[in-house]
Amino acid sequence: MTSVLYDAPGPRAKRRNILYSIGFLVVLAAAAYWVYTKLDEKNQLEWVKWKPFFTDSRPWETYIWPGLENTLTAAAFAMLIALPLGAVFGIARLSDHAWVRWPSGAVVEFFRAIPVLILMVFANAALAEFTDVSSEDRPLYAVVTGLVLYNASVLAEIVRAGILSLPKGQSEAAMAIGLRKGQTMRSVLLPQSVTAMLPAIVSQLVVIVKDTALGGAMLTFSELLASVRPMSAAYGANTIACFTIVALIFVVINFILTTFASWLEGRLRRGKKSTGAVVPVAAVAGTQATGAEH
Amino acid sequence: MFDFLEGYDLWAAFWTTVKLTALSAVGSLIWGTLLAGMRVSPVPLMRGFGTAYVNVVRNIPLTVIIVFTSLGLFQTLNINMGADDFTTINFRLAVFGLTAYTAAFVCEALRSGINTVPVGQAEAARAIGLSFTQVLTLVILPQAFRSVVGPLANVLIALTKNTTVAAAIGVTEAALLMREMIENEAQLILIGAVFAFGYICLTLPTGLILGWVSKKVAVKR
Repeated sequence: MTSVLYDAPGPRAKRRNILYSIGFLVVLAAAAYWVYTKLDEKNQLEWVKWKPFFTDSRPWETYIWPGLENTLTAAAFAMLIALPLGAVFGIARLSDHAWVRWPSGAVVEFFRAIPVLILMVFANAALAEFTDVSSEDRPLYAVVTGLVLYNASVLAEIVRAGILSLPKGQSEAAMAIGLRKGQTMRSVLLPQSVTAMLPAIVSQLVVIVKDTALGGAMLTFSELLASVRPMSAAYGANTIACFTIVALIFVVINFILTTFASWLEGRLRRGKKSTGAVVPVAAVAGTQATGAEH
Repeated sequence: MFDFLEGYDLWAAFWTTVKLTALSAVGSLIWGTLLAGMRVSPVPLMRGFGTAYVNVVRNIPLTVIIVFTSLGLFQTLNINMGADDFTTINFRLAVFGLTAYTAAFVCEALRSGINTVPVGQAEAARAIGLSFTQVLTLVILPQAFRSVVGPLANVLIALTKNTTVAAAIGVTEAALLMREMIENEAQLILIGAVFAFGYICLTLPTGLILGWVSKKVAVKR
């Protein structure tokens, strides 16, 4: 790969690059060695501590799969509820009526400015006080509520950006053939903007999956991260091994989603059938005053 | 009406939030810039390391990283970040975790900024014989930084909100105080409103001020 920042390397640059590579490799090796001695010192590298994950199905069946199931359940519920809610608020922010536009704008900006954890903790307490959700279901409800409030407002911005990304000619043509505002939105703008929004929505799913871990750490929601403590207690204090496995699972899931999102984005940009309009994965962050999507 | 606030040090809690944000912001700006430099460098090994770091760290939940710094680094490997008491250790671990996580996003923001600098700039710099380091530090990065003030502001706001995760390892910042107050006091709605207001006071001005700055310094092309 050549970049505009440097020329294709000649003989001298090639030698220099090899030298840099060796130097960097030495630094990396030194760091790796330091990590190795630290782990070895505390007996974290013993095969006994890693073996359960490779030779035994019980840690997977008892801790990891149920945890992962809860993580994915919460993420799926949050996405399914937040999406329509976000669409409503996103469209409301584009309304011609100030009395619809302003309040929905205020709600969106409010929930985007507040940390998800605060929303979750508040939802947890509110559910305990004002509803009769049983105490074992409450963490799931609280996590989903917090995620929905935050992500619906982020999705509202994505929907708004998606509709605004369409060429003006689309709504003008709809108006010219006599469609009303609602009809224009329903049958012309929304169907086209959905494809434009897809990459951004998929990458928002990554944020949701990651944020479910908050419930495990703060609300006793038994998701994937929360399975680390009982698991390391059951298999001889193999904390490092447990964290490695859990982190790997998150990385694999989210990496697949991220790759899928950028593949979609590239496909839409190149596509001939659509208008070519697309909400870039990072663009929603650029237009807002009060928050980014991570 | 607000007498339930008595006995709680709200200022200290939000001050911890601000300190967490400021220290992690500086740390992740430095580490993120280094990572961005690696990702565009001519040395394949550095590029590979930068790419791997960003893709791995970005996809792990921050909560997992923060809890790992406490359970893994401190309690298992006895890395105490050069401090003796639990408060300082947890605080430093949280800064470490937040820095490691946020740097990945700073790196990506910077890299997209590097891509906005016109090709001609780098070509001209190379034509007058500048080396890669000179091209990067004298020509490309100064322009890139000016165009990424907006995206970096969003990273900073996200970081401010992400400091709440430090509550998971017992750093006494605003989110932990909120949970404590909710447990002990009856005015749930008011407590929620107070903390929501606190975070809006932290994030809204940051967004507005840096949004204004980003328009000011943007390279007009």
